[in-house]
Amino acid sequence: MKYLYSLFAVLIFFLTAGAQDFPEPMIPRQIVNDFTGLFTSQQKNALEQKLRNFNDTSSTQIAVVTVPSLQGYDPNDYAQRLAEKWGIGQKGKDNGILILVKPKTQREKGQVAIAVGYGLEGVVPDAIASRIVRNEIIPEFQQANYYAGIDKATNVLMQLSGGEFTAEQYANKDREGAGTLIFLPLLIIFLLPLLFRRRRGYTTGSHGSGGVPPIFFGGLGRGGGSSFGSFSGGGGSFGGFGGGSFGGGGASGSW
Amino acid sequence: MKKGYIVLIVIAIIVLGIFFWFKGSYNGMVNMREEVAAQWSNVENQYQRRLDLIPNLVNTVKGYASHEENTLTDVVNARAKATQMQINLDQLDEASIKKLNNVQGELSSALSRLLAISENYPDLKANQNFLDLQAQLEGTENRIAVERRKFNDVARSYNAYIQQFPKNILAGMFGFTPKPYFEANAGAENAPKVEF
Repeated sequence: MKYLYSLFAVLIFFLTAGAQDFPEPMIPRQIVNDFTGLFTSQQKNALEQKLRNFNDTSSTQIAVVTVPSLQGYDPNDYAQRLAEKWGIGQKGKDNGILILVKPKTQREKGQVAIAVGYGLEGVVPDAIASRIVRNEIIPEFQQANYYAGIDKATNVLMQLSGGEFTAEQYANKDREGAGTLIFLPLLIIFLLPLLFRRRRGYTTGSHGSGGVPPIFFGGLGRGGGSSFGSFSGGGGSFGGFGGGSFGGGGASGSW
Repeated sequence: MKKGYIVLIVIAIIVLGIFFWFKGSYNGMVNMREEVAAQWSNVENQYQRRLDLIPNLVNTVKGYASHEENTLTDVVNARAKATQMQINLDQLDEASIKKLNNVQGELSSALSRLLAISENYPDLKANQNFLDLQAQLEGTENRIAVERRKFNDVARSYNAYIQQFPKNILAGMFGFTPKPYFEANAGAENAPKVEF
């Protein structure tokens, strides 16, 4: 099975190399596609798990992609085209977000862009996406803390798209001190599933049974359809992107 | 007697066949034209959205850089011109789309000059309201580019559909005309760059 995967990967690499500006998603499917090795494998796995959990509980897909080059495109333009091509988010809901990073090189500035799917433009307006880039990502990136920047940004995006706070609340918050940020991931992991259960009774609800958030099963590596235990390779549990559409919303910045 | 029946049946089948072909092609053309129309209004909405953002932006910049009179009036004038350009899909042809391109392109370049001068005003550059407006404007430029691209896509498949033989005969009879495309790289595609 593993051979097959690598064969596939090699095949796709040769089919797409050079001829195409936009890479294909990695196989097996992952929500964090780090084409430049920006993160350590621990960081990558932590991010992958966090975003998969969020995808499983809310169906909102926040993908992180790093690419070596933007092929001459404007960062927003590249992010929109890539996100549209991959279909991040669910079809019809268009609830996908792409965080695109082109790392800094010796000759070129680093670029980062957030592309917001049609369905999330209301909760993550351009001005807010721009603030996330300016306030969460760029300051960390300037100190080469790539993981921290993306971690913070995804936390804010998760809270915004999960309805935990609104864009205005985020805009007014402005730097409450870093203390809260440490607790945010924990808070999200434990509270979000509960919140979603309660608020969105109508969602597909194909997860575990009873009032126990599916995330708890997932954490143990068994349970309804999702086995996070082996997210690092092998048998992927991430079902791939769902065909969401992007209209050009979002913002970008450079460092 | 028997021969007569067969001839009648054959004629009936042919008539029915023509009817269904006619119906399918005509409805197909109508649907595709509606799709083009819907996409055209998406393009116009995004242009409108940009027009709506400008007064706010101009006022914010005025507060910090009031003696950049020329650049500001350029934007205001270009906006006024663009406001008058409303094109119905029926009137859409090569000439009118070109004119729209020029008018909107002028506005784009006036706007990028306005954003460029903001570099000289640190207070303005640090103003949260200005930064937000700038982000919104940038996002709108992206959306315009995306919707234009999508318009070109649906227009292309519509044009191909109505110009194929023998549907082109029907298209001519019922006034389905090909729609023009946006040329790539006409101002709006070059969204003003924002550097931090």
